[in-house]
Order: sequence, then structure tokens, then C-alpha cells
Amino acid sequence: MEFIDYYKILGLAKNATAEDIKKAYRKLARKHHPDLNPNDKEANKIFQQINEANEVLSDPENRKKYDKYGKEWKHGEEYEKAQKAQSQQGNYAGRNYQEGANEEDFSQFFSSMFGGGNGSRGGRQTKFRGQDFNAELQLNLTDAFKTHQQTLAVNGKNIRITIPAGVENGQTIKISGHGSPGANGGPNGDLYISFSITNNSKFKREGNNLYATIDLDLYQAVLGGEITIDTLDSKVKLKVNPETQQGTKVKLKGKGFPIYKQEAQFGDLYITYSIKIPTNLTDKQKELFTELSKS
Amino acid sequence: MENLVSANEFCINHQIEISFISSLKEFGLIELTTLEEVLFIDSNELQKLERLLRLYNEMDINMEGIEAVVHLLKKNEDLQTEIIRLKNRLSLYE
Repeated sequence: MEFIDYYKILGLAKNATAEDIKKAYRKLARKHHPDLNPNDKEANKIFQQINEANEVLSDPENRKKYDKYGKEWKHGEEYEKAQKAQSQQGNYAGRNYQEGANEEDFSQFFSSMFGGGNGSRGGRQTKFRGQDFNAELQLNLTDAFKTHQQTLAVNGKNIRITIPAGVENGQTIKISGHGSPGANGGPNGDLYISFSITNNSKFKREGNNLYATIDLDLYQAVLGGEITIDTLDSKVKLKVNPETQQGTKVKLKGKGFPIYKQEAQFGDLYITYSIKIPTNLTDKQKELFTELSKS
Repeated sequence: MENLVSANEFCINHQIEISFISSLKEFGLIELTTLEEVLFIDSNELQKLERLLRLYNEMDINMEGIEAVVHLLKKNEDLQTEIIRLKNRLSLYE
């Protein structure tokens, strides 16, 4: 556990006034506050440091203790313990961080020196909603094709969620009440899950539509016929028209991706034909092609 | 009534003036419901209201500033959604 220079975090000199501290905190908070930097983990981390520095330096008692022990805070803590043991008095509690903070919002250094993020500043017992949690869930495209359940471990608790078919890459869903517990009886925060979808199929997806390129041999392209192609969950027979050209697109209605939260509704599947020219022709085949070319 | 929170109660709990809530309404930043001349906040608006309160209290941002911040955050959110949409579309050509 390393010493944290709270003055440095706020960009202040040791002799900064209470007004300087307030100004510096506000200025940095405006830049790094999580409300202004949603989903920015780095900004969130910096804000926690700024917040912690402000918690210590804006409170005269805390600041005094911090200034007194400074880098020797470990010894200071021992000294405090000895004092407590002697008199059973002078307990440093009494702080109450109001904005729904919990001990995880403070560094180990802070917790060691000041005993965590609980106590009372002004003695208010305001109800505060718990913090929201953000999580990322990796899915394969084939998983996102069907409504299914998954168990997630969030802050040591297992929760089972239903993932509706058709979720998009980058989409975020809210699971109400599964964030951090509220303070003083306030409601729990929410859990936001962002999906990161890996394509493990030969199809490309855009919204609810799927796209695939299918190889077609020259003879089928010229003469037409019937082919069987894979969709994401089954196989379908497809009639190929005679004289099909390279790059011809065919739409298979309702064979695409499920539409999010719309029961039994699907996008379309677009097939593009790629005509393969035969190679390693025999003499006889070359002869026939030559004949064809003359006809 | 189940989903409504009295604006007065909210203000007492958060130790703020009711004028703060009224100003947010005037700026079109939150929606309030009036029932028998009593102001209520829809519980769905609470999260947004608490965020606006933090902007006001913790960052010392005035009402005009909050309005600009909310506008820019919305714009940012829309752009993020657009980026995701475009990235997904780009993957078609990769």
C-alpha cells in the first residue's frame, strides 16, 4: 500500500486554503465526474482519487491528521491505536459520505488511515440510490440468435438473466435493482450490460438482416437447378434460375436474424452468388467449350 | 400514486430548495406531475434528477450549464450509438 499525495492529486501546495481545495476539487470534478464521462473507466478512476483527496483535505480534522503523519501514516496509525487502547476514547468515526459511496470507492490507503468511507458529515440520513454497475457480456452470434438465459457473477452474487434473441453488438440492457445497494434505505442501483458479439458464423449481420455469399458452379449458373443452403439455424432449398449472373442477389424473406423483443419476427437473409469457373479442364471439356464459343 | 414521489419529500431528503426542481422543470430538464396542487416526480425521473443534482452540487454548475451539459451528453450518447451502428455495418465489408 503506497502513500497517496492528496495535494498532488488536486494540484495544490501544502499551504492551500479551504477555498483553494474547494475550487481545485470542483474544477477537476467538472472534468472527470462519472456523470460527465459515462462508461469511461479511466475518468471514473481519476474521479475516485479526486474525491478521496477532497474527502481528506476538505475536512479540517482529516486534513490535520493527514498533514501530521504524511508519509509516516503507517506509524501514525499505530500511534492512534495505542492511544485508543489507553483511553477507549478519541475514536475516529463520525464521517458519513453522503453520495452513496461505499468502501470500494476509497483506496486501501484511505481505509487504513481513516477507516473506510463511512461516518457522518453533518449527520444527515438521506436516502440515496445505489450506484449503477456496468458489465460487458461476450456472446457468439449464434447465441444471440436465440433467447437464452445466462448466469452472471456481479459483485460476488450470481444473477440469472434472460437475454432476448436479436440483441445487437454494442447494445446495452438495464437490469433494474442489481447495482450497488442504496444508502440509508435508498433503492439499489441498476446493472447495465453491454453486449460484445463475436461472429462465429459465415454470415454477416446488419441489423436484423443476414448476408452470405454462396459459390455456384458454372453449370448450375448456366442451366439452373436446385441447391441447399444453410441459414443460421437450419437448411433451405433454393431454386437457381437458368443463366444466373455473377453477383446476383437473392432475398430469403424471414430467414435473417430475430428482431429484438418481437416474437417470431425475423429479418431477411440475402444470398449473393459467386460463380466458380471450372479449372483443370480435360481435353474433352476444352473441346466442348470451344464448340460452345463458336455457337 | 405508487410511482410518484412528492417533490417536497425529495427536497427535504436531499436538503435542496424546491426552486431547484421548479427551475429544472422550467428548463425542460425534468417532467413533474401536479396532483391537487402538489408537485410529484415520476420515479422513472429520479435517477436523472439525482444526476442533475450532482451536477449542481458537486460541480457547482448553474442551471444554464446543466442544460448545456445535458444537451451535450445526449449528443454524445447519440454519437456513440451511431458509432456502434456504423462499426456493425463496417464489419460487413471486413
